[in-house]
Amino acid sequence: MALSQIIFLVIAAATLVAALLVVISRNLVHSALWLIATLFGVAIFYGFLSAGFFAVAQVVIYIGAIAILFIFSVMLTRRLMQDNSPQINRGWPLALLLAILFFGGVLGMYNTWPEFAAMAPEMAAEANPLEQLGLALVSPNAYVLPFELASILLVAAMIGAIYLAWEKK
Amino acid sequence: MSFLTDPINAIADWLESLLLSLGLTSQAVTILMTLLGAIVVGSFGLMLVIFLIWVERKVYARIQDRLGPNRVGPWGILQTFPDMIKIFTKEYITPIGADKVPYNLAPILSVSAVLLAWAVIPFASTVVGSDINVGVLYIVAVGAIGTLGIILAGWSSNNKYALLGAFRTVAQMVSYEVPMVLALLIPVLLARSMGVNSIVQSQQVWYILLAPIAAFFFFITSIAETGRAPFDLLEAESEIIAGYQTEYSGLKFGMFFVGEFLHAFTISALTVTLFLGGWRGPWSEQVPLLGTAYFFIKTFIVYFIVLWVRISLPRLRIDQMLNFNWKFLTPIALVMLMATAVLEKILSTWLPTLRLTDSGVILIRTITHLGLNVLVAAGVIYLLRSYTIRREKVGQPRPLAVAPEPPASVLE
Repeated sequence: MALSQIIFLVIAAATLVAALLVVISRNLVHSALWLIATLFGVAIFYGFLSAGFFAVAQVVIYIGAIAILFIFSVMLTRRLMQDNSPQINRGWPLALLLAILFFGGVLGMYNTWPEFAAMAPEMAAEANPLEQLGLALVSPNAYVLPFELASILLVAAMIGAIYLAWEKK
Repeated sequence: MSFLTDPINAIADWLESLLLSLGLTSQAVTILMTLLGAIVVGSFGLMLVIFLIWVERKVYARIQDRLGPNRVGPWGILQTFPDMIKIFTKEYITPIGADKVPYNLAPILSVSAVLLAWAVIPFASTVVGSDINVGVLYIVAVGAIGTLGIILAGWSSNNKYALLGAFRTVAQMVSYEVPMVLALLIPVLLARSMGVNSIVQSQQVWYILLAPIAAFFFFITSIAETGRAPFDLLEAESEIIAGYQTEYSGLKFGMFFVGEFLHAFTISALTVTLFLGGWRGPWSEQVPLLGTAYFFIKTFIVYFIVLWVRISLPRLRIDQMLNFNWKFLTPIALVMLMATAVLEKILSTWLPTLRLTDSGVILIRTITHLGLNVLVAAGVIYLLRSYTIRREKVGQPRPLAVAPEPPASVLE
């Protein structure tokens, strides 16, 4: 087994354990911290796929903004953190079944895809993925419409937030 | 490549060939050399702090008309070592109800986040830790981890004042990240690359001339990110004791301080790298060692300005801090980004048609960008003037005590 495979397996295991701990931690801030660990793991996978931009953007957006906002809002609700109620309810066998079915279904779907088992092709040395990504985001033949739609959605969300927070006089 | 002009790469090459001759595989040698490089950069940063603490105390003392440390070693230069020994021997106090793991993790995070930024700073044309093509974004990402460390410290201490400090941190760091990223995009736009070393290489003219407003904004926002005066609301002693570091003692408290000192130096290094030409200077391409010298000279000059700002300006109030960010820095940074992008597009289509020499192209580019910046600055000043609050005279000042009229016998 090559070294990169060992590293991949170790990080994958760590990410999965962290993801599990997000759900089963009793303390909400600990959950948020495990979430950060999980997101870091995902960022490392992006790095493995030589998608440096996504790796860094993952850290900037998910850890730098979203996870910090999570922690911030949890910090404002101190009493919620000592929650002693049971962590599972009666529906857990059904949920487990659904989760396994869904995962199996996704796996089965991927298995029918011929390139699922293929190794990622080596990237050309002079290829600049960052530049290609940037061009694809503004090219009418590629992703300009989803990109603009996402911007409109974000602007709408921002206007909504400002409206809600507006001091009525 | 000889030892005299580029010692670091010469040593690295020698070590690499030595390890290969010892029979290690090339993969193992690469891993070992990467690890070694990380250790060297990290320890260099931490060693530098010992010197920086002395520099900072001396400069402060000079500005405040004091002597500063002057007992240990010549000019007190060794003062930091007794301080270190003292802080090593202090007791660690963990408050009751503190969350142990985040409490101990926070100081480590806040130092390592700063050290991580050193991985992409080019010290010379050939000496750069990792020349990744998303270097600028990486710097922003690393800054986010530092914020996380401070939040953890504030929350896990189980102390109201620490928590208040953490709240202020979120307000400050997250909002100052917005104009910082916008200001960082302008050198990226000018260099057409996100790699830090290629930004330095493309600065035939320092970007402070092409984008003075962006340079100024980056400098201000990065001072805010360090959390030092005038932006030290997170640890405002007069209001919230010591903010997020209230409950820390001994070396853990020291770690926060090391992180802060190193952060101040790191932002100077980043300002130099992105706006002041980094290692660029006469013959720096041929002799990388000279480039390192230029880099550190420039960085120390900027570092002196950082200290000067810290010692001279009073602390901002939280509303002033936020208003300044959202109503001044962010809109202007947005305008600058759009204006620079449009100008750059016009120039890149129009200049090649003129068939100018290389230096002519650079000259026109510099002048137009500088003109744009001056124009925006003038517009901002005009707008700010028209929005100033006009002071109205409510009434004539009335003296509180009036001397009694002298008696008539005196007046006659």
